[in-house]
Amino acid sequence: MRRLSSALFLLGLGLLVAAIFQTMKFGNVAPIAGQAINAVAAQQVGAANFVTAVVLGYRGFDTLLELTILFTAATAGGLVLGKPRAGASHDPDSGFILRAGADLFFPLLLVVGLYIILHGHLTPGGGFQGGVILASAFFIPILARPGTTMDHRLVSMIEGLAGASFILIGLLAMLDGKEFLTPLLDKGELGALLSAGSLPLLYIAVGLKVGSELAGLLARLSETEAID
Amino acid sequence: MDTGLILYTAAFGLILIGSAGIVLSTHLVRIIFGIALLEAGANLLLLLATFREGSPAPIIVGGRVPATMADPVPQALVLTAIVIGVGILALALSLALRVQRAYGTLDIREVRQRLEQDIVDEAGIELPSSSDAPQAMVSRQEGQA
Repeated sequence: MRRLSSALFLLGLGLLVAAIFQTMKFGNVAPIAGQAINAVAAQQVGAANFVTAVVLGYRGFDTLLELTILFTAATAGGLVLGKPRAGASHDPDSGFILRAGADLFFPLLLVVGLYIILHGHLTPGGGFQGGVILASAFFIPILARPGTTMDHRLVSMIEGLAGASFILIGLLAMLDGKEFLTPLLDKGELGALLSAGSLPLLYIAVGLKVGSELAGLLARLSETEAID
Repeated sequence: MDTGLILYTAAFGLILIGSAGIVLSTHLVRIIFGIALLEAGANLLLLLATFREGSPAPIIVGGRVPATMADPVPQALVLTAIVIGVGILALALSLALRVQRAYGTLDIREVRQRLEQDIVDEAGIELPSSSDAPQAMVSRQEGQA
């Protein structure tokens, strides 16, 4: 009975989605807000990557709320998993190749992650993508040596400071009499590393926050006791 | 076959397979994978909805501004949606881990039964059931006799 109702639900959902697809014309969509943003973003925000201009400039407040969702997920994950008991068993160290690879990859991933964060306003990438790479830089060594633990106090300190600085930059704009999270500082030359005002600073905060949150969450997942 | 049809079929398939995984499977980890697939399908659909033929990425390289560029708004939405998806996935998996540790199984039918039994035991009441259920009818007839 449950199977039948599930199958009926799937059929209905399929028809619904198919009906949505019927109305969509592939590759020939009328320009909406995007074209208007593309026309003015270079002058208004000064970021060569317009996706960054949208994420941090036009809808920076939404990005702050999305960071809050991620923060809630990470906090809830930590709450659910809890602390492992002292002397709890863990998986043995992995083989030589993964251990050596983890040591080799750590500096490489750090550099790539920071590069992607710092160039988020110029090239594809940014705080979210770079933050995930930073998180993997700190997580791969844990996969290679499951016994090592991460300093969760330090991780949550970085996370909190990054989140606070994001909000602080937003509040600084209000001191100036502008709206919350309005891009500040000089826009600079389009395409230069030091351009787009306060957007790179915001992306550094986002990158550190995403990186520390994901690294902490993954480390907690791997630190939990092995199920017998 | 044209590209549009392939891409739409991919988005449609991902959404449908993900939903099927959520409603049909009884294993918690499979349900979580279903959520991940559904999420990927939704992201693809969001990008396809505003795709314009022959429009490059909305990034200015070397000062040249193309005549038409892709819509940056859905790209920004999907960008954050992917990261949040990873967070949700990690949270769901950690919850599944707790369930496995508490009940020793990831089958939702078994977990639901054990959960209800636990609640009933804790509250000191009987398992809720319909008055027409076979057991209840027997006890009622006994009461009348």
